[in-house]
Amino acid sequence: MSKQFQFKLVLLGESAVGKSSLVLRFVKDQFDDYRESTIGAAFLTQTVTLEDQTTVKFEIWDTAGQERYKSLAPMYYRNANCAVVVYDITQAASLEKARTWIRELQRQADPSIVIALCGNKLDLAARRQVSQEEAKKYADEEGLMWTETSAKTGEGVTEIFTAIAQKLPLTAPSANRAGAARAAPGARTGVDLNKQSGASGQQEACNC
Amino acid sequence: MDEEYDVIVLGTGLTECILSGLLSVEGKKVLHMDRNDYYGGDSASLNLTQLYRKFRPDKEVPTDLGRDRDYAVDLVPKFIIASGELTKILVHTDVTRYLEFKQIAGSFVYRDGKISKVPSTEMEAVRSPLMGLFEKRRAKKFFEFLQNWRDGDPATHQGLDLDRDSMKTVYEKFGLEPGTQDFIGHAMALYLDDDYITKPARPTYDRILLYTSSMARYGKSPYIYPLYGLGELPQSFARLSAIYGGTYMLDKPIDAIVTDADGKFVGVTSGGETVKAKQVIGDPSYFGAEAKDGGKVRVVEEGKVVRAICFLKHPIPGTEDSDSCQIIIPQNQVNRRNDIYIAMVSSTHNVCAKDIYVAIVSTIVETDKPELEIRPGLDLLGPIYDKFVDITPLYTPTSTGEADNIFITRSYDATSHFETVVEDVQDVWKRVTGTDLVLKKREVEVQG
Repeated sequence: MSKQFQFKLVLLGESAVGKSSLVLRFVKDQFDDYRESTIGAAFLTQTVTLEDQTTVKFEIWDTAGQERYKSLAPMYYRNANCAVVVYDITQAASLEKARTWIRELQRQADPSIVIALCGNKLDLAARRQVSQEEAKKYADEEGLMWTETSAKTGEGVTEIFTAIAQKLPLTAPSANRAGAARAAPGARTGVDLNKQSGASGQQEACNC
Repeated sequence: MDEEYDVIVLGTGLTECILSGLLSVEGKKVLHMDRNDYYGGDSASLNLTQLYRKFRPDKEVPTDLGRDRDYAVDLVPKFIIASGELTKILVHTDVTRYLEFKQIAGSFVYRDGKISKVPSTEMEAVRSPLMGLFEKRRAKKFFEFLQNWRDGDPATHQGLDLDRDSMKTVYEKFGLEPGTQDFIGHAMALYLDDDYITKPARPTYDRILLYTSSMARYGKSPYIYPLYGLGELPQSFARLSAIYGGTYMLDKPIDAIVTDADGKFVGVTSGGETVKAKQVIGDPSYFGAEAKDGGKVRVVEEGKVVRAICFLKHPIPGTEDSDSCQIIIPQNQVNRRNDIYIAMVSSTHNVCAKDIYVAIVSTIVETDKPELEIRPGLDLLGPIYDKFVDITPLYTPTSTGEADNIFITRSYDATSHFETVVEDVQDVWKRVTGTDLVLKKREVEVQG
């Protein structure tokens, strides 16, 4: 039987670098040129199947705009197994912001977290302000994965998520520890409020 | 900050965060600010650095307590009643996806100098030292009466009227001893004092059923608790609000609440800028309790609660080494008017380092020596490694807010659960929107 793993993936990066677009491309293979700031983005999940038929399900957390005024809750980083830190290759300042987020992750998240630095808007390479060499050098120094993507064309998007899936520790999930993989589906060790809800009409299965 | 909002919410306590989450889902444009650089206001859970900054700003954090980030110390000792109103809101809003819950391992009650487990099964009830053999039979008849009661079926009423007869009459009908009454009224109905006894029995009946149905849900105690502390609750509702377009700003000192010539709310000034909105909701600390607000009295003190946060290096003696528990000391047992509560959690709930136990002893202040009042509770804990005592005034708003569009929430009271917090949410919701709070299942986009 093929193995299934579930990991929490958090997105970070300055506003308007394309965090939500990247996820939208990955999860739904869609792109919207005039996408508003993140509103109503639900909890997204997407599954990647590796060569040995192991499936990795990403539980993707968008910032929901809470990064804008430095108001991301500790809950956001909690138990994150991997992070995609996004910058815009046409905005030099966005890489600086990405460095700040990576420092924040190193401070707040579990030390075993897999971090991918991702230069988005590759379709606008003509207006490039961040060179590949500079970003790659920084990523190497910090031990991060690195790639460039275009949420608009889809270039590099599936590849980066697959690469993360390959890098995650696919070992037996130890229950309920920070940074540990959760066996999917529904391997929570605590009580499930949804399942045993006594109130009427909410027998809907929980997908979390 | 030149946009105009529908509602500005001040303070990120649980009450305010539930309200901003629900208002955002309804499509309101919400700006949520907090003077602190952390979420949770008075219902936050703090790490060691934050805890020391709050209580002992001049002291270094001791190094032998373990890693700072392993701590999430609640400021308010409350548990979630498994079948209670907060659980309903958590499920309806789907914020449960951001949270994980564990049971509280046991519920205990103090009687004649020692503590006993509140029975969670019939077997435990039979063995319980809380009642003698004959009293157990009388109690069994009492509980059967409650379980079988049907409003429309007079045959189940045994001549009693829950809406007219006092609880005293009901106790007497079944011949229950004072000690049993203490246990039922305080450890099950969770009343803080004995005022309920002379009032109609209905609310007590409702509370006992809530307790027993919650107990039946997961087995060990009627309570559940979020991993990483109660501070996760406001964070989860803040995230809900943000997902629905709510704007969050922490670390924002509020300089003034701006009103017009008629005293009606205009906006909030922070950092020299004024943001306008139609309405403002906030916790009492933003409206005169601590902030300056043109001398207008918007909140009054209703009393005080004393809370002692205690770090222990052992489980509480007599609790069968429970990793978490509640202990209730009924007021009669220690000649007080109000019960003393102990709420204890530990590393099982990811709120502290391994082998540390965090117990909070609390009660409503009755004298000018609050620390002495909680002594009976502290004495049950065994050696206390460290203790942080907090005496907090309980504020309540002086007006409903409908006249000036300033809506103020209440302080977190001395009850051991969140039922009154939800009552406050429902009350403020009605004042703000003019309609009753009806929980709708939000549409969930579920992938793969």
